[in-house]
Amino acid sequence: MSAIGKQKGGRRLAFKLTRKRIIAVVLLILGAFIFFESSTLDSELVTTLTFESSSTGEAPAVADIPVPTSSYLLVVGLLFIVTGALNFYEFEISRWRRLSLALMALCGALFIPTVIIAAAAGNDTNLTTIIAESLRLATPLAIGAFAGIWCERAGVVNIAIEGMMLFAACFGFTTLFFLRGAALPLETAQLLALIIGLLAGGLIALLHGWLSITFRTDQIVSGTVINILAVGVTSFVRREYLLSTEAGAAKLGNFAIPILSDLPVIGEAIFTNQPIFFMMFVMLAFTHIVMFYTRWGLRTRAVGEHPHAADTLGINVNRTRWINVFISGMIAGLAGAWFSLEATGSFNDGMTRGAGFIALAAMIFGKWTPIGAFGAALLFGFSDSLGIRLQMVGVGFPVQFLQMVPYAVTLVVLAGFIGRASPPKAVGQPYVKE
Amino acid sequence: MSEAPPVLEVRGISKRFPGVLANDSVDLTLRKSQVLGLLGENGAGKSTLMNMIYGLYKPDEGEILVNGAPVQIAGPKDAIELGIGMVHQHFQLVDVLTVTENVMLGNETVSGPFLRRDRARREIEQLSREYGLDVDPDAQISDLPVGIQQRVEIIKALYRHADILILDEPTAVLTPQETRGLFKIMRTLLDKGVSIIFISHKLKEVLEICDDVVVLRRGKVAGHADPSASTEQSLASLMVGRDVILEVDKAQASPGDKILNVVNLHVHDDRGLPAVEGLSFALQRGEILGIAGVQGNGQTELVEALTGMRAVEDGRVFIQDTDMTNASPRRVTERGVGHVPEDRQRDGLVASFTVMHNLVLSTYYQSAFSRAIVVDERAIADNARELVEAYDVRPPIINNIAGGLSGGNQQKVIVAREFSRDVDLLIASQPTRGLDVGSIEFIHRQIVRMRDSGAGILLVSSELDEVLSLADRVAVMFEGEIIDILAIDEADRDTVGLRMAGVRGDSQAVVDA
Repeated sequence: MSAIGKQKGGRRLAFKLTRKRIIAVVLLILGAFIFFESSTLDSELVTTLTFESSSTGEAPAVADIPVPTSSYLLVVGLLFIVTGALNFYEFEISRWRRLSLALMALCGALFIPTVIIAAAAGNDTNLTTIIAESLRLATPLAIGAFAGIWCERAGVVNIAIEGMMLFAACFGFTTLFFLRGAALPLETAQLLALIIGLLAGGLIALLHGWLSITFRTDQIVSGTVINILAVGVTSFVRREYLLSTEAGAAKLGNFAIPILSDLPVIGEAIFTNQPIFFMMFVMLAFTHIVMFYTRWGLRTRAVGEHPHAADTLGINVNRTRWINVFISGMIAGLAGAWFSLEATGSFNDGMTRGAGFIALAAMIFGKWTPIGAFGAALLFGFSDSLGIRLQMVGVGFPVQFLQMVPYAVTLVVLAGFIGRASPPKAVGQPYVKE
Repeated sequence: MSEAPPVLEVRGISKRFPGVLANDSVDLTLRKSQVLGLLGENGAGKSTLMNMIYGLYKPDEGEILVNGAPVQIAGPKDAIELGIGMVHQHFQLVDVLTVTENVMLGNETVSGPFLRRDRARREIEQLSREYGLDVDPDAQISDLPVGIQQRVEIIKALYRHADILILDEPTAVLTPQETRGLFKIMRTLLDKGVSIIFISHKLKEVLEICDDVVVLRRGKVAGHADPSASTEQSLASLMVGRDVILEVDKAQASPGDKILNVVNLHVHDDRGLPAVEGLSFALQRGEILGIAGVQGNGQTELVEALTGMRAVEDGRVFIQDTDMTNASPRRVTERGVGHVPEDRQRDGLVASFTVMHNLVLSTYYQSAFSRAIVVDERAIADNARELVEAYDVRPPIINNIAGGLSGGNQQKVIVAREFSRDVDLLIASQPTRGLDVGSIEFIHRQIVRMRDSGAGILLVSSELDEVLSLADRVAVMFEGEIIDILAIDEADRDTVGLRMAGVRGDSQAVVDA
């Protein structure tokens, strides 16, 4: 029963504003918008989806797909409107219900391609680049979200991911910067820098554990303290040690996965890439397997859900939490190192730009599961890459609007299809043994 | 009583909590393949004692012997290794995990770091067969009814090869049918050589299943009883330390004006399905209308709809001739309605508030307890001291967090709050669930007192004995309807039992609307 229905406590057969109806209204509005958009476009316009590699411009292995923009948008707009209307009307007959739900799923699937086609409107748009960019920009978000999962599944809130990332970005880069002078091969120096970055994240996580597990400080407060501390300490380090010289270093080098990198198109766009990018997939598999298939994962989840039950079975609740918080910090460190070591080869104040918080959002959208969080991070990465691309192409209407749409749709889709995410039950509560 | 060898002995154990001596040199002996009953009022120290045996608390004095050898139990891990298993009063199960995962947690079968769910599942299936503990190993805990969850708890202990099993008030949450099932399981366990400590308030059950009974009173052993030579009366007296009247002593009801009138009520449950379907009845001042019925036949939804906690889909509710259909809980309260809710943890108390504040949850804003927008802490404390004394809440410390009290004492706090107001209509749902005989006697007397002073009482209880001993009229609910209303002198166990199973009488009483 919906909360609204409950509060109003209306008579029988009263109109109920269900979740489905809200989505239906959103679909109607979007459909109308797309429909209107299609009528403003020249009907001769054709958007071509291409798949060529961006850098070499080799002959594409997959044929280009020309899409007549105006008529495509017309069809999609109508589809959205019909689906919205069907879903707004609550069918009693199950066959109709199923049809309207299937159409809703189709609308969801078509949404991103539609945004791409509408945005390109008459130009060529390179799908391979968009996908590769989305994945690349999703890297710190996804890894940050995994860090959050490690911590929160054990029952400790971690809003300090942002701060841990910033610390790792700063100390990783500082290490690399100073090692440059030493007679070390670049790869060795980079590896050491990466390790220091991870340890910096882990060390800050230990501070979080010390405050929130040992002293039972409110975990949100502890996290906030770390975030503020990170901004101060890292900008101090930068001003004292990095600014005086010309601070810049080589980015982490590309790495080609054998065999896979020989594949056409995606071989170069995806399987020839930088190490932290690949680590994202490793961490995805690692987090998923540990959480759901190992003893440690089972204990972690038990501790995050019902610590007292775990305690009665002889599991050391606080020890489990400490270890998870530390691992979480190191993973957050990896995400932080992406900014300074992999993406830019430099360090700037506040360069993580809130990625830690978006990572947390991805974790929640993904319902505290690694695969879900990865999907959410991809969506955010796509939104970022789309924004960058649109700015380069220069489209007729505000870029910010298109940039915003994927987030809005995520909210609606998640609220509609997946429902309320429920966090681990004991998250945020310090465990006190009686 | 046969002299089987002792498997667990407790000698002179004491435990002090700030302000309370919870256990005072307690001795007890559990013999092999026997059931030792542990009786005591709420807060007599039963759970404390068991938690020491299971290693959750450390005793201040005394020793514990397992199979004749003194042991140190520093934590649950030690207890598990000694073959001690415990089924806690509040189940220690992780809701979102499956049965298999809950059972293996802490003692996982693994190869390398990986869980071997298949092997654990096979072991659980084997235990299920061996002990008659039917359960689906792949079900998620939150989908299981409490009776099955309890089986999971027992399997958890057996999986760890426990041969001493502590059951802390295992029947408090069970229906009579589930209780019979549990006893069958317990007898199988005894045959296989398991020894059991059985904690309960229900004297009938203790007499039925136990081989020996130890009674605790205020932390001390008040005495032993041989179940074959005891009666409910003698056990109750030993437990409370005075003679207890198990029968409710009440005069003939003298009904007055109509106080509650329910007409053709329709209410939905949480899933939006009809739970109460066209129900009508009336309640008069000065009478107790008992609602009997197997749980889950719409009683919960009925009470919630009457008290403003659930939407009425159709029909009308009149309280003292005022239409109170879909009124807010506060309006209902201010109309002179007291409510003892079924789920005390969820609807009766704010667990993280103190006893003192819980006692004014429905009145804190009134002039007695507040001046303008500031609450009067002193008045609230005075009120609390008075009620804690009058209703015998233990420990009698008004600054205690309500969530930390034992279940029975939490119930007393709710009862104290609701009964101490000036109430014309009392809606009491399972008012004595989980309470000891002394408290039950007390609450029953209060209910009768309120009736005699002219309040109308709607008593909803799944304990048939309670309904039959208190009510003046008995309404039986079945699948969302009242299928019969009987005057108390025509309501015997068999008739009501048949109605509860859905068998309608040939002389169906005309529902008084």
